[in-house]
Amino acid sequence: MKYEVVIGLETHAELDTESKLFCGCCTKFGSEPNTQTCPVCLGLPGVLPVMNKKAFEHSLKAALTLNCEISKFTNFDRKSYYYPDLPKNYQTSQNYFNIGNNGFVDIVVKGKEKRIDIHNVHLEEEAGKLVHPEASGANYSLVDFNRAGVPLLEIVTQPDMRNVEEVESYMQALRCILLYIGVSDCKMEEGSLRFEASISLREKGSETLGNRVEIKNLNSMKAVLKVITYEISRQSLLLNKGEDVLLETRLWDDVNSVSRRMRSKEESHDYRYFPEPDLVPFWIEQEWIDETRATIPELPVSRRRRFVDELFVSDYDAGILTEDKFLADYFEECVKISQNSPKELSNWIINDVLRELNERKTNVRDFVVSPEMLVELVNIKPTIGSSIAKEVFSEMMNTGKGAQSIVKEKDLAQMDDTSELNAIIIKVIEENPKAAEDYGQGKKNALAFLIGQTMKATKGKANPKILTELFKQRLSASSK
Amino acid sequence: MILHELSANNIKEKLIKREISAQEVVEDLFEKIYLNEPSVKAYLCLDKEGALLKAREIDEKLSSGAKVGLLAGIPVAIKDNICTSGIKTTCASRMLENFVPPYDAFVVKRIKEEDAIIIGKTNLDEFAMGSSNENSAFHVTRNPWNTDYIPGGSGGGSAAAVTADMAFMALGSDTGGSIRQPSAFCGNVGCKPTYGRVSRYGLVAFASSLDQIGSITKNVYDAALLLQVVSGYDGYDSTSANIGVPDYISGINSVSGNLRIGVPREFFGDGLNTEVANAVTNALEIYKKNGAELVDLSLPHCGYAVATYYIIATAEASSNLARYDGVRYGHRSQLSEDNIIDMYCRVRAEGFGSEVKRRILLGNYVLSAGFYDAYYLKASKVRSLIKGDFEDAFNKVDCIISPTCPSPAFKIGEKITDPLEMYLSDIYTIPANLVGIPGISIPCGFTTTGLPIGMQIMGKHFEEEKILKVAKLFENETDFHLKKPELI
Repeated sequence: MKYEVVIGLETHAELDTESKLFCGCCTKFGSEPNTQTCPVCLGLPGVLPVMNKKAFEHSLKAALTLNCEISKFTNFDRKSYYYPDLPKNYQTSQNYFNIGNNGFVDIVVKGKEKRIDIHNVHLEEEAGKLVHPEASGANYSLVDFNRAGVPLLEIVTQPDMRNVEEVESYMQALRCILLYIGVSDCKMEEGSLRFEASISLREKGSETLGNRVEIKNLNSMKAVLKVITYEISRQSLLLNKGEDVLLETRLWDDVNSVSRRMRSKEESHDYRYFPEPDLVPFWIEQEWIDETRATIPELPVSRRRRFVDELFVSDYDAGILTEDKFLADYFEECVKISQNSPKELSNWIINDVLRELNERKTNVRDFVVSPEMLVELVNIKPTIGSSIAKEVFSEMMNTGKGAQSIVKEKDLAQMDDTSELNAIIIKVIEENPKAAEDYGQGKKNALAFLIGQTMKATKGKANPKILTELFKQRLSASSK
Repeated sequence: MILHELSANNIKEKLIKREISAQEVVEDLFEKIYLNEPSVKAYLCLDKEGALLKAREIDEKLSSGAKVGLLAGIPVAIKDNICTSGIKTTCASRMLENFVPPYDAFVVKRIKEEDAIIIGKTNLDEFAMGSSNENSAFHVTRNPWNTDYIPGGSGGGSAAAVTADMAFMALGSDTGGSIRQPSAFCGNVGCKPTYGRVSRYGLVAFASSLDQIGSITKNVYDAALLLQVVSGYDGYDSTSANIGVPDYISGINSVSGNLRIGVPREFFGDGLNTEVANAVTNALEIYKKNGAELVDLSLPHCGYAVATYYIIATAEASSNLARYDGVRYGHRSQLSEDNIIDMYCRVRAEGFGSEVKRRILLGNYVLSAGFYDAYYLKASKVRSLIKGDFEDAFNKVDCIISPTCPSPAFKIGEKITDPLEMYLSDIYTIPANLVGIPGISIPCGFTTTGLPIGMQIMGKHFEEEKILKVAKLFENETDFHLKKPELI
C-alpha cells in the first residue's frame, strides 16, 4: 500500500468507585432503570455538584501511571451539547486544565518496542442511556439515568499508531494498566471501557496529515480493529480514485460491519467550553502526587521481566501470568509459601486454575481455591499421582475443602505397598492370561493394558511407577 | 396592636413572652395579605394551610416550654427561585409553571429548623433576570409606595411583600442587585452576603459565580437575625466557605474604633439622579457627625462592571438554563414533534420569555468558538481588575458607601422596551457580585414624590458583621425605615 495510516485513540474508562462523581448515588451496573438517581444526577433545578475524592484520586493515579505531567492547577469545564441522556445538557469535563498531559505508554509489537504518546488524561461525568422501544412504530424513547454521573476517565493519545497491530497492543496495554492500578474494572460488556478512533491516510513519506475521520460507538476492541481495517480500505479506495476523504464523524455499525456518516465538520458541535463555576479549582500539591505515586503497584511489563529473570518462568508463561494483576498476585503468593519450583506452580496455574476460571466464568479474586490450598495440593501430589491430583483439585473447587482432607475422606492416597499391589497384580494376570502372554512375546503395549486394568481395580490409586516395576519383574520372571 | 406592622424580632419576642400566639400572627398576616395582595401582587403562591400548621406546632412548643428556634413563629416569604419541598418553585417561568421540587434548599431547611413559618413564594423576573419584575411570566408586582411603579427586580415580590406588611422577612437572591435594588425601591433593608457565605444549594441557578442568597427585612436587626440562621458551611455546595459565622446579633449596636468610610467618585458621577445623590450625601453627613471619617476613593475599573457582568452572567445563564428541555420535567409542548431537536425548540420557544431568550442567545454567543477569548476570557480578566480596585480600597477604608441605584423606582413600562437602559439600573450593585463582597441597602430618604431611596454599604469579604453595624448606626439615627406606604 502506498499510504501510511495514522491512528489516534480516545479511551473512556468508567472509574471503579462506590458512588457517582458529583453525588452519593450508587454506581452498580444492571439495576432497574432510574433507581440509582437523585436530584443532582437528574439535573433538577437548583442542585450543585460535589467532587468525589476517590474518582479524582483514581484519575491522578492513572495520569501518573501513564507517565503524564500533572497539572499543579486543575479545574473543570462545562462541555455543552443537547442530548436527552445528558441531564444538564452540558457535561462537566476538563478542557483548559486537564489532570495529566504529555504522557506515554510503551507497547511491544512483533517483539519491537514502541512508545505511544498520550496527549492528555482527564476526568468527566458519564451520560445516561437511551432505551429505544422494540415495537415498530413506537414514537418515543426512554432514558435510564442510572449511569448518568458515573466518573469517566478519558485518555487521549497522539496520532502515533500506524497499523492494526499497534492499536491492538496499545488497547491491551492500556486495559492491563488500568486493571493493575485498580481504577477501572474495564468490563467491556458493561460499557466500562469504550473507544473512539480517528483515522487518516497519507502518502508514505508525507509530513502533512490527511483528512481525519473520527469513529464513535466502539464498544469492543474487536470493533476498533474492524473499523480500522474497514476505514483503511474505504479511505484508500477514495484516494486511489482521486477523491477526497471528508473530514467527518462516523458511527460504527457493528452488526453490518460498516461505518456510516454521523455528521460533517460543518455540522460538528461547538461545545462552548467554559470553566465550571459550581466547582472550585484544585491545586495538586507535590505531597499528594508523591502519596499517590506510592500506591502504584509494579506494572505488568516489569513484573513479567522479573518473573522470567528471578523465578525462571518462561517469557510466554510470564506474559499470561502478568496479564491479570490478581493472577500474578496469586502466583507470587503461591511461590512465597511453597517449596516447589515456580515453574511447577506456574504450570498448575496456567493449565488448571485458568481453565477452571474460564469454564466457571469467574475470576481469580472470587476463586475458592486459595494460594495456600493450591500449594497444599502441589505438595501432596507426589503421594497421590497426577490423575488423582486433578480429581482432588476439582473436588476442592466443588467443596472448598483442603486437599489433605479430601484425600483422607475419599481414601485417595496412592497405594505404594508392594505386597498389596503384588496381590492385585497376580489377580489381574490370572484374569488376563492372553495379555501377559503377549507381553512375554515382546508386545510392549500389552503392559499398558495390564497397568490400566490394575488402575481400574485400584480406582486409580496404585502408584503407576511402582506398578510398572512390579509388572516388569513378575512377567519377566514368569517368562523365564 | 397591629401585629403585621411589627418587625420580625418584635413578633418573636411577643411570642416568646406568650403575649400573642403564632396562630394569631399568621391569621393577622393573611388578613393583611388578602387586603393588599390584589393591588401589590407580590406572591406567586401562598400556603396558608402549611403556615397555620407550623404556627400551631410552634404554639404547642411554646406552651410546653420546649426550646424554640431563632426564627420562632416568624412568617417568612421565599423568592420563587429557591426550592421548597412539596411547594411549587416556578422561577416565574412558564417552563417551571408546575414544577414541585422533591427537596428543600439549604436555606429553607435552615429556616425551618429555626422554626420560621413559610407563608408563600414571591414573584420575580423570570429566572431572576430583570430589574423591574416586568419579566415575570405571570404578573407584574407593584411598588407598594405607588402601584404605578415597579418594585424593582428581580426580587420585587419579596421586597413588596415585606414593605406591604405581607411578610415579616423574606429570602431573596442577588446576582447583580436583585436583593439590594428592590429593597432600595421599596424602602427595605436588603443584604447580599459574601459569595460563599450562604449555600446556594437549592437556589435555581442563574449565574453560578455571581448568585448569592440573602435577606430582605424591615430593619437591620432583622437582617442580622435572618443571616445568622442561613449563613454557614454546606457540604452540598462546593463554593460554600468553611469559615465560622460570627454572632451578628449581640454586638450590632457597637461600631468599634474610628470608622473610615470610602466614598467612590465613580458612583456619584453622570447618570445619578439628583434626589438620590442628595439623600446619600446627607446620609454621609450623619456618619460624619457620628465620628466617621469620609475617604474619597476611586474604583477606576468599575466603569466596565456592567459590560463585564453581562458577559459572565449571560454565559453562565446560557449553560445553567440548558437543562430545561422538557425531557425530565418542566414545560412540554402540546404540539406534535417530529424529532428531538423539534421538541427542544418547541419546549424552549414556548417555555421561556423574551428576556431569558435574549440572555441565552448572548451567553451562547460569547462562549462560541472563536469568541471565547475576546469576550468571556477578557471579561474574567476585567473582573480580576475590578476585584483589585476593591482590594486597594479596603486597604484604606472599613467600608464603602454609595447609592444603591442611580434612580428611584421607575414607572411600569418605562424601561421595558430598552434593555440597555434597564441594565444600567444595576450599575452600582453589580460590582459587589463581580467581586464577591457583601453589600447591604438601607433606606436613606424619600423623593419629593414619596418614593424610597436606598443607600448601599459594601464591606470586605466575610465582613457582614461590620456592614450590619454600620447600617445599624445609621438606622439608630434616622427613621426612614419606620415609614409605611399608604395602601388603600
